[in-house]
Amino acid sequence: MLIVLTLLFAVAFVAPLIFRKLGRSTFYILAAVPAAGFVWLIATFGNYTNANQKALDGAPNAPPSVVIDWVPGLQLQLAFRMDTLAAVLCILILGVGALVLFYCARYFKADDPDIGPFGAQLLAFSGAMFGLVTADDLILMYIFWELTSVLSYLLIGYARHRLSARRSALQALMVTTFGGLAMLVGILMIGQTAGTYRISEILANASSILAYGQIIDIAILLILVGAISKSALVPFHFWLPAAMAAPTPVSAYLHAAAMVKAGIYLIALLSPGFSSTEYWHPVVLGLGLLTMLVGGWQALRQHDLKLILAYGTVSQLGFLTLVVGLGSQEAALAGLGLLLAHGFFKATLFLVVGIIDHQAGTRDIRELSHLYRKAPKLFAVALVGAASMAGLPPLLGFVAKESVYEAFIHREEASGWVGGLLLAGIVIGSILTFAYSARFIWGGFAAKPGLAAIDFKPVPWAFLAAPAILAVATLLFGLWPVPVEEAVEPYAELFPLDTVATHLALWHGLTPALGLTGITLAAGVALFLLRTPVAAFQAKIHFIPDADRIYRGIIGVLDEVAIWVTGRTQRGSLVFYLCVILVVAIVTPLTAVVLMDAPLPESLVWFDTPAQAIAGLIVAAGALGAIRANKRFMAVLMVSVTGYGLAFIFAIQGAPDLALTQLLVETISLVAIVLALRSLPARLWLRTPGRFKLLRAIIGAGFGLTMIVIAMTAMAARTADPISLALPKLAYEDGGGRNIVNVILVDIRAWDTFGEISVLALAATGVASLIFIRGRGDKRPQSVDAVASGSVGRGYEMVAHSDREAAALATARKFAVVPRDAWLVAGRTLAPERRSIIFEVITRLLFHSVMIFSVYLLLAGHNLPGGGFAGGLLAGIALTIRYLAGGRVELAEATPISAGLLLGLGLAAASLTAVVPLFLGGQVFQSAIIEFSLPVFGDHKFVTSTIFDIGVYLVVVGLVLDVLRSFGSEIDERSEERTSRGRKTSELHPPATIEEEVSS
Amino acid sequence: MTVNLTLLLVMGVLFAVGVYLILERSLTRVMLGLMLITNGANLLLLSTGGPAGLAPIFGMDVPAETYSDPLPQALILTSIVISFAVTAFMLAIIYRSWVLGRQDEVQDDIEDRRVANQPTFDAEDDAEIPAETTEFVPPDEAEETPATNRARTEREK
Repeated sequence: MLIVLTLLFAVAFVAPLIFRKLGRSTFYILAAVPAAGFVWLIATFGNYTNANQKALDGAPNAPPSVVIDWVPGLQLQLAFRMDTLAAVLCILILGVGALVLFYCARYFKADDPDIGPFGAQLLAFSGAMFGLVTADDLILMYIFWELTSVLSYLLIGYARHRLSARRSALQALMVTTFGGLAMLVGILMIGQTAGTYRISEILANASSILAYGQIIDIAILLILVGAISKSALVPFHFWLPAAMAAPTPVSAYLHAAAMVKAGIYLIALLSPGFSSTEYWHPVVLGLGLLTMLVGGWQALRQHDLKLILAYGTVSQLGFLTLVVGLGSQEAALAGLGLLLAHGFFKATLFLVVGIIDHQAGTRDIRELSHLYRKAPKLFAVALVGAASMAGLPPLLGFVAKESVYEAFIHREEASGWVGGLLLAGIVIGSILTFAYSARFIWGGFAAKPGLAAIDFKPVPWAFLAAPAILAVATLLFGLWPVPVEEAVEPYAELFPLDTVATHLALWHGLTPALGLTGITLAAGVALFLLRTPVAAFQAKIHFIPDADRIYRGIIGVLDEVAIWVTGRTQRGSLVFYLCVILVVAIVTPLTAVVLMDAPLPESLVWFDTPAQAIAGLIVAAGALGAIRANKRFMAVLMVSVTGYGLAFIFAIQGAPDLALTQLLVETISLVAIVLALRSLPARLWLRTPGRFKLLRAIIGAGFGLTMIVIAMTAMAARTADPISLALPKLAYEDGGGRNIVNVILVDIRAWDTFGEISVLALAATGVASLIFIRGRGDKRPQSVDAVASGSVGRGYEMVAHSDREAAALATARKFAVVPRDAWLVAGRTLAPERRSIIFEVITRLLFHSVMIFSVYLLLAGHNLPGGGFAGGLLAGIALTIRYLAGGRVELAEATPISAGLLLGLGLAAASLTAVVPLFLGGQVFQSAIIEFSLPVFGDHKFVTSTIFDIGVYLVVVGLVLDVLRSFGSEIDERSEERTSRGRKTSELHPPATIEEEVSS
Repeated sequence: MTVNLTLLLVMGVLFAVGVYLILERSLTRVMLGLMLITNGANLLLLSTGGPAGLAPIFGMDVPAETYSDPLPQALILTSIVISFAVTAFMLAIIYRSWVLGRQDEVQDDIEDRRVANQPTFDAEDDAEIPAETTEFVPPDEAEETPATNRARTEREK
């Protein structure tokens, strides 16, 4: 069983490759796979029919099964089981599948570009169908169920350049998945209630499961929705005729023999256990009958041979549902007989239509004429199929329909008027069936008055073989129905025995059923002969609403609602989104506080120390100042005030690390902001400042208030001791450091910090990419020797307003060309008017000390305030000073390692401390304390988490460097290019180098 | 636990002003608003640590309660540096926006407006198509790509 399943999918998987080699002949190879499966099925058929159908796995004489654990935690299993019902379906799936694939080899043109994927999909479909009927687990079955829907979608949409194919494919997918989803809910309900998803167990315990009552009724109803959508019953029937946009072999296989039978299969599967649930009979019998009549009625109106068959299929699917869902032994026997008969004759007829379309170039019965003479063999095959469909002896269709009549006559005797109604309905349905069968043969083959014989190429035998074999089977099993009966009887025996045991047979004697057949034939012939008045009558009646139009209406309304909702919610305005988010963030917690009786704090203090209060006032004033400020840099300064104020609050709160870091960050931020925003206009607003000031103020104030309330409530609600009471000891003994905050960062919560430095590296790269655009701009610029003196920063010549300034400028110029060692490496490259000798001297004196101090902060950070963050920021400040004093060439000279490399090295060092302990048998980020003593320096302790801190240090330096390079150097260079371009146009050409300028 | 009103009030002001600023169109003000909100959030974290205490540098005989709570401090430290990275990124965006469009304002997303105003008619779904009675049409006659359909939709609009 598994081998067949695997083989079907595996060959489908490689099929496109074979197609590339062998072209359309590959279909023969593909056909061999289901054919082999079919041979295996027939050879082992006795194993399935002789088994006890009700026996569970492991019980003696149970049907063959395979169970493989899939996701044990979710009780998901790959459970397969081949009982009689599955085996009967497999006859169609494998048998018809092989024939259809064989047929494809002649149907498609040799140079069709898409047949590779098509063949693969068709074969995969047979695999999915095989899996669907052999699955013994509801979830597994559902997976195969949806797989068939998806493959059906792909196969219908084969001609993807045609709108009709695309639209029909999507429609079929939507309708069947809609049903599929309903079914999934039903499956979950039934599985959870029963405590198992194993189909055989559920059926074996059906009587106890039924005792759960309504939930099972509803679950079964939902599963039925899935079944009727798949089997194209009213009101979902419209997708099937539309699906005729698929190539005809697909129609023959999916939409006649196999996929649409999945719904019938499901009904047949559940019928022995659950046909007594509340909604079963109304849905199955009511919709089944309605579908049978609607389909037959519509089939009589069609002019396209394929659509006649499509509506005929709809009608027959209703019929099958009705019979299989009835839930009695003889109906089950008749139902499966009919299922096989329908599979044979409908596939035959579809394949015949495919041949007609292929050879004549049309399927329109108003154009086809005289075919019976042009293609007599084809005609014979079609005649057998159509006669079986119409229920004529001695064919399988007749045998099956006879048993159906028999079953419904007994039903009528048992249940009065409902039974009578059903019986009358199926007789009318069968009359319609006869009429459209006749219409098919007449329309396809007859000589019509006024129409010349249509051009028809001769049909090669390989093309005709598939329908011919099916026609022979139809005839053979009509004459000799014993094998069919033997195949389906074990399934029928799942139902309680009726009054009399029935059999499938050609001749039952002169029974009421035979009488009904007589009536059917007579009325059918009459209906066919009266086709002109009937058509006129049909044209007048419009009482049947067009389901396709209703479907499109529903989809249209959905579209409109979707657009409306999108238009109302997705305004494209950031401010709007933020307002919505903030209002929710204000209203929800406040409502909760009011409704849930939030606790109040035990005690309040205004401030811990007066200094704290003063600092608080400064911070608040800075914030309010930021609102008032009109000038860009004024606003920035105000925000900085809050930052520095905060650093002070940190300091007096007992958080030296925070104070240090905040101070450094605030300083670097200020520099970065000034550098980045220097090319923007000084005034903040170019246009009128934003509207809705009051609303924004209300939202702002509301949010601030909400945060205060939340904070108070949260603090008042605290009952347990803070976790941090354990941290000091943990830090000292396990982390090996006295600075508890630092140990938390590099050891106790190292994962957090690792995440953070990754974000820093990303942000740094983001900044560099946004400014440099092409890459990170990490390439080392030209060395300082190649840069001419005074050539950098020429864009901003100072204009001397006074004598004093003029004198200063002159001194600066002279100083610029003094031929002795400069204070800074690249100081001379800067334009003289931009240089500051004092700044250069101070930089020279400070830089190395600051760098050394930063390394000290890094290394001492484990025990004293400091650490990688503070150290890195301090080193960043040192670089900032170098840049400000000496310009971009100076910065490049100060950093022999590129920013990208620094970031990478930092992350690598941090990762190293994460990974190495794993190899030494420890855990991720586990630290070790190494103690050693050196002569002179005494005893020392080295904690490996320091390496992590070094990584942090490097990443922070990399970030600051990226900020300086981007907002500093790169923007400098661009504004210089711009001004020099401007100068060229205005003919004001300055001396190229400083030497020229001084000498002039 | 005792609640320190100064810290909470200052936090409230920072959040309020920050929110007021990020609701503006000027990107610079949005960035400043974000910086203020970060400061507010740091203050919130700080105040959850309780009253001022000793700096969390381990001493052998010091009871754990007398330290200023180190855990919020570690969180704040992370937050300070991250917020610097965010500020830098915002700056890069502002500069870029200035270079490209000479403005530092948050623009409305035009694509969203287009989606909201699109017609409900779509040829792919709604066009009337003639019934076909054969599959064997020459490909050039049957060529209906989504692109030609879109063109048709435009025309019919």
